[in-house]
Formats: sequence, structure tokens, C-alpha cells
Amino acid sequence: MTTTPTGTESATARRAVGTAHPRVEGYEKVTGTARYAGEIPFVDLAHGALVLSTVAHGRIVSVDEAGALRMPGVLAVLHHGNAPRIETEYVGFLGAPDPTTAVFQHDRVPTRGWPVALVVAETPEQAAEAAASLEVTYREEPHDTAFRPDHPDAYYPGSTIVGPPVSERGDQSAALAASAFVVDELYETAEMHHSAMEPHAATARWNGGRLEIVDSNQGTVWVASELAKLFSLDLSAIRVRSEHVGGGFGSKGCRAHQVAAVMATTQLRRPVRVVMTRRQTFSLAGHRAPTAQRVRLGADAGGRLLALDHESLNQTATGYEWVEPAALPARTMYNAQAHRTAHRLVRLNVPSPTAMRAPGEAPGSFALESAMDELAERCGIDPVELRVRNDTQVAPGSGKPFTARRLVGCLREGARRFGWEQRTPRSGSTREGRWLIGTGVACASFSARAMPTTAAITAHPDGTYTVHVNAADIGTGARTALTLVAADELGTDTAHVRVRLGDSDLGPAGIAGGSTGTRSWAWAVNLAARELRERLALGADIPPQGITVRSDTTEAVKALGHHERHSFGAQFAEVAVDPDTGEVRVRRMLGVFAAGQIVNPLTARNQLVGGMTWGISMALHEEAVRDARTGGHYSPDLAGYHVAANADVPRVEAYWIDDPDPEDPVGIKGIGEIGTVGAAAAVTNAVWHATGVRQRSLPVRPDRVLAGGAGPTGA
Amino acid sequence: MREFGYRRASDVAGAVALLDADPEARFLGGGTNLVDLMKTGVERPAQLVDVRALPLDGIEVSESGAARIGATVTNSDLAVHSEIRRRWPALAQAVLAGASGQLRNMATVGGNLLQRTRCGYFADVSGPCNKRVPGSGCPAVEGEHHNHAILDATDHCVSVHPSDMGVALAAFDAVVEYETAAGTGELPLADFYLPVGDTPHLETALPPGALITAVTLPPAPVAAHSRYRKVRERASYAFALGSLTAALEVREGTVADVRLAWGAVASRPWRARAAEEVLLGAPAAAATFAAAADAELAAARPLTHNAWKVTLLRNLTVAVLSELAADATGPAADRAAGPAAGPATGPAGGETR
Repeated sequence: MTTTPTGTESATARRAVGTAHPRVEGYEKVTGTARYAGEIPFVDLAHGALVLSTVAHGRIVSVDEAGALRMPGVLAVLHHGNAPRIETEYVGFLGAPDPTTAVFQHDRVPTRGWPVALVVAETPEQAAEAAASLEVTYREEPHDTAFRPDHPDAYYPGSTIVGPPVSERGDQSAALAASAFVVDELYETAEMHHSAMEPHAATARWNGGRLEIVDSNQGTVWVASELAKLFSLDLSAIRVRSEHVGGGFGSKGCRAHQVAAVMATTQLRRPVRVVMTRRQTFSLAGHRAPTAQRVRLGADAGGRLLALDHESLNQTATGYEWVEPAALPARTMYNAQAHRTAHRLVRLNVPSPTAMRAPGEAPGSFALESAMDELAERCGIDPVELRVRNDTQVAPGSGKPFTARRLVGCLREGARRFGWEQRTPRSGSTREGRWLIGTGVACASFSARAMPTTAAITAHPDGTYTVHVNAADIGTGARTALTLVAADELGTDTAHVRVRLGDSDLGPAGIAGGSTGTRSWAWAVNLAARELRERLALGADIPPQGITVRSDTTEAVKALGHHERHSFGAQFAEVAVDPDTGEVRVRRMLGVFAAGQIVNPLTARNQLVGGMTWGISMALHEEAVRDARTGGHYSPDLAGYHVAANADVPRVEAYWIDDPDPEDPVGIKGIGEIGTVGAAAAVTNAVWHATGVRQRSLPVRPDRVLAGGAGPTGA
Repeated sequence: MREFGYRRASDVAGAVALLDADPEARFLGGGTNLVDLMKTGVERPAQLVDVRALPLDGIEVSESGAARIGATVTNSDLAVHSEIRRRWPALAQAVLAGASGQLRNMATVGGNLLQRTRCGYFADVSGPCNKRVPGSGCPAVEGEHHNHAILDATDHCVSVHPSDMGVALAAFDAVVEYETAAGTGELPLADFYLPVGDTPHLETALPPGALITAVTLPPAPVAAHSRYRKVRERASYAFALGSLTAALEVREGTVADVRLAWGAVASRPWRARAAEEVLLGAPAAAATFAAAADAELAAARPLTHNAWKVTLLRNLTVAVLSELAADATGPAADRAAGPAAGPATGPAGGETR
């Protein structure tokens, strides 16, 4: 692993940043003393269990509230007939609120797994039993849950979370006609689920006139502000805490469980906890929409792109528009005189999709980087070389220059470390026993953004410091990273720094999302620490209550220059394919990333390797299967929805090259998502190299490999 | 989850008596399947009778090469037993191919045989399933059945038995010993599981209230040359898409003895007797292996989306028998799997999901 000291301007006595540091809360986590939202004790706690619809479309005719109330321990049954009305006409952090979250407001059921009631009881078991036996009758209506590339109801949406749905420049047909080589293929990705190890859990109670939520989320102010709008409360009347979070990946914002818990605690006047079951997370917590992506590439004889057209279709819910921005990578990665990206949607009776780790970039890079690999094959050019030839120093989408684009450096360094030059270009040419062996490459990019954040640091008389920043450590190691950033800027040892986070009373801060968390929070911590250090340098005595300095990066973030800021990376994979059984196993993976200043190499490696593992999982395993007739998921649990197991993740190496962001005081770009981007394509490109057969639909299941026929031994 | 009672039995007679007294009671072994099913409401016992403390945790292997494996032996203990590994390597391999280390530490031999299908419709109490609610219908026939049965399934149920261990036991002619309030009894594994017919909810021939006490294996020298191969899209912690136990003895290029059983193809571990008939006395060559697989698969009745499993089982059978034949003739000898026995591609009309 390479870590190079950076030359950024605030490089005071930099010792901690860039040095491996174990998680500061690691002891608590591995010994089980770190408490998660669903296990924090409350006096007089009642337990709520959500009841989900068993039809995919229709209306609720009746809810047998009385029957449930006769069951042991049952305290209340909330449903559309008795729940308080809440406000849903507002614009929140991700736009209009997901209607799945605004529970029990009407009798309409738009999808199977829609929340229709909450049963509250004295114990979780009583609540679950009463919820399971609650009689709800429906009037069913026809439903459509079958996502398909040629769905007649596909349409162009008005906007996406990342800008206009369509970008277009140049004449596609002319450029394609002028091309020596053309690729025109359809790529498909599956419906995927975040599957955080810790399912969603929230406890709500009223305490001294304030609403308190103990939760597991990716941003306490995010959740607090959504709840404030839904329940028409002042933001200051809500406190949301979320100390330890067992994974989020985009799914842990404001969801049905928090809203239902607030309704129940308001009615019962005692604390109420609502925990989603694993199965419930499949319809209540969002998902990565399946995509069908058509990529057309045209290149001259030397492999230089003349035409690029990337159009993606994804499913969304009937009452909620989520554009999976899969054509986005093309706006960053490769230029062409005719350049087009477009997104379409189709509304189905499915639960609401949402952001999932590397939204857009993960499925989009699979399609684009697969197509680039196919182009390399057709041109007879090495896939690394083809990508180098198509490097660009201005973003194709905006025409703006990059602050830094070290993609070629990543490709060259990755190729060197991976041993790419020993590769035989021909597919199906390497066999070891029953396995066909292949290698593949793909590129990665992810935007580097920052969100306004406030922080406060207190210097105590004993020489220690407390950092207050409303960060969310969702398992990323943010708490540790912020400790290192603060220690360096304060000129003290990390042992003298405590970080308090995960509490909306700490003030506004960016969320753990979009790879912006650590960058946004570190910025504010850095500013406060710098000012505090200057104050302390004056030599004043520290009073018992300490000296506190506050920071707010709102203006600084606004003032960021109008460049294209991205991380880049190159992914390499070696796979083995058994042509008799269709089994695909990854043998090794290697990624090289240019992703800003790396704060903590230990947890950074964790993030990058974890992201690459997600890519393996996306390429080979993850697929939520839906029964078209019932509209429901088939086997929505971790036995049926497979993620990569340890045995699927062999040697995975992550390296980084020097790439500090010149506009960030710590040089950070953010590394939460870049590791996932391109990883699936590296794997599938390697499958092609092993077998000679392109796999354009994910996951690459054994039956798909067998159906494709495989390699030189194929009959 | 229904409230339930819990009793721990200390002797077999007591355990059987407890179950006899309460038709809504269930035996609890490792609980690795039953407890999951209780959480989702598929199983709703009034009482659990924990049999883990019963003195049924021994493995005895006789001089003659027969084995008696106690019903509460854990999968972990079975897999590491030196005589089992020496005389029935495929059995140890099959056990190790199942579940995870933690689950194998809990799961028992008796429970393994009685585990339920992992069909997603069986697990979903909000929908129909003939195995769970007799007469309610089988949604898998027209729905998701990508990994469902290709042999001996009916319109009433197309689910597969999930056991890996059972596939090896089927190949090695295991016999199941049990005890009821009326006394002891035994069932060859071949008769242990009932055909699906129109009663998929009736899974075994065990009398009501019976407690499995042991599984016995007769002497089988051929079993020492055996192998278990499990195909799955994930390298561990996944049920088989198709699996196979094969034992092969080759004398002068001819199959002198053979055992063959398949997993994940039917509602029970599938002893491939038609294939064995083709193999016995035939040349130990790839063409024979393919013909044997085809003979067994002649009875296959795949659905719309699982025809690929026919290809899979054929390829798997040829591949593993070829490996065993090559082992038997030594590494220097020509490998039996020539190009003639190469894998077939997807069967015509075999749509993928």
C-alpha cells in the first residue's frame, strides 16, 4: 500500500493523518459493549411491529383492529383509519418525500410490502405475533411489477438528483457512420438491496416536551428535519441520536419505522421501538433499481471514440420517482464528438428505489466499462491502452476541466502491480484443471463533493480536547478519521482527542452519503481546530468549562471553484470459470485509486476493499427476484438474497496514488463509493477473457454461463 | 412468533413420551432450521423437546467397515471423524460443503435429514404452498423455479431437498433408526422420504412422534474412493444448485463398483440407480459417464426456467466420474474426460430467469 505525504498548505506537524490507526471505538465493537439502536434499554418500552401489504396493488377494505387488541400484550393498532394525518407536501433532502415513509395516510396500496399497520405490544414477540395474525382485507387491482428493457410505459423524467436526465452534443448517426468500429449492446443489472448488517431500528419518546429518537441512520439532522416536516414540528423540538450504525449504504434516512414509532409514542405516551425485520427491509428501506442500459460506441481505427451514447432505463415506484443515474459515468469518463447520455424511467408496482452505494456509477460503470472492453476486443487494442487513448482532461458532460484526473496513473500503476503485461490477449486461452482463467480491467470515477457542516472543539484544562461534530460513523471509521484530523491540526496526540458525533443537538452537518461525509466533517473540524490552536497560542489559562471554538463551512463550501472534482480508479480482476458447471470464482482483485488525501490507511483500505467486494457481489451474486404474479419478492432474506461470502473474496488489494484535493484543507476527496465503481465490470470482463463469451446481464449466474456456452471445450 | 414451551429431554424414552403426549410438540436438535421457521411463522409448535442432551452423540465404526452415527452427532463432529473421512470421504466432504462453521457446530445428523426445503414460497407465509398449507397450490410451478426440481416433481410441489449430507447417505445405502412410544424401527434412506405425489406435506415415512436415534452405513469398500461436489453460485454458505456424490472402483478399465447420488434435483436426495446400471461393468470412459447421466436424466421433467439443471447434472456427473477414474488409474494415465464428453450448452428452449 502506498501513502505519500501530501504537500497541502495546512501541513502543520502532520503525524496522525496518513498513519494507520485502529478504530477508536474498536474495543467496544468487538466486545459487544457498543450499543446499537435496537438494544439500548428504556424504562416502560413498548414494541411496535409493522404489518405490510400482501397485495401488490389495491385498496385496504378493513383492518381487524379489535381482533388484534384482544391478543396478549397488545396496546395499540395504528392504521390508515386511525393514524394522525401528517404533512407530505414538502421538499426534503432527496426531494419529495418517499410516500412509503408517510405511513397510514390513506387506503391505497401501490406495492406489495407497503406498510399498512403498526401493532404495538408490551414485548417484541407479542407485537410480532399480533402483527402476523392481524387480518387486513384488500380489494385487489391489476399490478405490473415486471421490469423489462422494452416496457411500453418508459418515459423521460423531468430531472434527476444529479442534473438533467439527458445530455446531448454532436451528431450520433454521423459519428457512428464515420466509425471504423462500433459497439451497440444492451446491458442489464439486477434489483439490489443494501442489506446492512444492522437492520433499521428506532425508539421514539417524548421527553420534556421534545421528541427524542434513538436511531440508526446516516445523518441525524437529515432524519430530524424530515420528521419535523412530516409532523409539523419545529426542528429544535426534535433530537435524533445515532451513535453506532451497522451499515447504511444509502438506505438509512427517514423511513417508515421512525414515523410509525413517533405516531405510536405520541398516542401511548411511552417509549416505542420499531425494528424492521430483514424481510421488511426489502420493501421499506429502498433498493437499487434494476437497469437496462443501451451503450453505443463508435471509434476510429485507432480506438479513439467518435460516438458515445449511453441510455439507461430503470424501474421506479408508481408514486415516487427515482432516477438511477447510470449514464452519469459517461459524462465524466470518456469524450467523443457525438456524446449523449440519457435516463428513462418506468413506473411499476414496486417499492421505492433509492440511492445505494455508488448510485448510478455502480450499474452505469458496469455497462460503460463492459462496452469499452468490447470495443477494445473489436479494435484489437489492449483494454488498458484503449482507455489511456480515450483519456480526457475536460469533462465531456460539462466541458469543464478537472481539478485533477489521475486515471492514467491509476491504470499504469494497476497494470504494473497486477502483472497485466503477461496477459494473453486472446480469450479462452488459459486453463488450469477444470477452470478457465481470465483477467479483466475497468475504470472508476466518483464525484468529490462537500456538504456544509458545523463543528465545535473544546480545549479542556487537562490538555485534552472534545470535538463536537454531528458526523455519522456508519462503519466507515469516520470517528477515527476525525480524531486524526483534529489531533494534527491541534498539534496534539490522538489520545487527547475525544469525538462526539451522531446527535442532532450537535448542530447541522453533512450526511454520511455521496462519499462526502468525512470530507465535509473534517473540513469543519479542521477549521475549528486551527482557530482553537491560534487562540491557545496566545497563552491564556483554560477555565474549568474549557475554551470552545465553533466553525461553519457553509460559505467555504459555497465558494468552491467550478471545476469538475472526481476521484478516479482502475480495477483489475482475475477469475476462474468452470465451463462444466458455470461457476465463476474471483481469484484476485487489485484496485488503484486517485482519491484525495487518505486520512487513515487502515480504514481506507477497509472502505476500498469493501467497495471492491461489493463489485464482486454485484457481478456474481446479488439479485432480488420478484414473482410477477404476486408482485412480491421471492425469498427476501439473506438466505435467498446472496451477497459475497468470505470464500468469494480472495486476495483483494487496494492501493492509492498521491492525489490531494487542492481545494480541501485536508486534501480529502472521499472514498466511500469509488471502490465499488467499475469492480463488477472488471470481473465480467475477466469472465469474457476466460470463456470468450460476453456476459451482459448481472449477476453472472451459473445458468447464464452454461447458456452462453463456454470457451474452447464447449461442445 | 407463537409462544411455546421448552423441555429438555434426558433420555430417549422420555423424549418420545413428551412428544407422544403433545401433538403440537416438535423435537429440537441444533435448531438451525426449525428456529428460523418459527421466527417466520412457518412452524408454530406449542412445545419444543430439546434432544441435544440425549446420549446419541457417538460414532462407531466396526471392524467390518460399518458405521453407526448417533442422531445428535453434530455436523462438525461427523465431518472430522477420522474413520468417516477414510472410509466415506464423500460424506465428510458433503457435510463440510453445507452451511457455515457456526451452523455445523449446532446442526445434528437427525435434524439434517428432517430439515425442510428452502423454497422461497414455502418460507413465505403470506402466500400459498402445498407443503405448508395442503391444497393451497404451488406458486413455483408458474413462478420462480430456477433452482427447483427436475426429477420426480409433480404439479403439487417442485421443491428440492436441501441436504448435502443426505446425498452422500443416499449413495452409501444409509439406514435410519428411530424410536417411538411403541418401540424401535428402521427405514432405509431409499424409503425414508416419500414421493411427492399429491401430498407434498407428507415428507417422510417416519411414524408420528418418532425420534431418529441413529443412521447406519453398511460396509462399502467403494466408498473409500468417493467424492462430493456441490455447485453453487457462491463459494460457501449456499444451498446447492446441483450436487453429486460419486464412488467409483475401476478394475482394468472397467467399472467394478459404483455409487451415484444427486442433490438439489428432487424432493429427496436422489440415488441415480439408472446411471449406476449403465456404469456397472462398462468401460470407465467419458462416453460411458455421459451415457449414464443421460440414462438417469431421461426421466427429467424440467420446468420453463430450470432446464439448465439437466445440463448441469450431466456435466457434473461426467466431470466427477472422470476425476475419480483418473485417480483410480493414477495421475500419469490419460484423463478419462476427453473432448467427446465436453459440456453441453444450454438445452434448447431452456430459458433463463
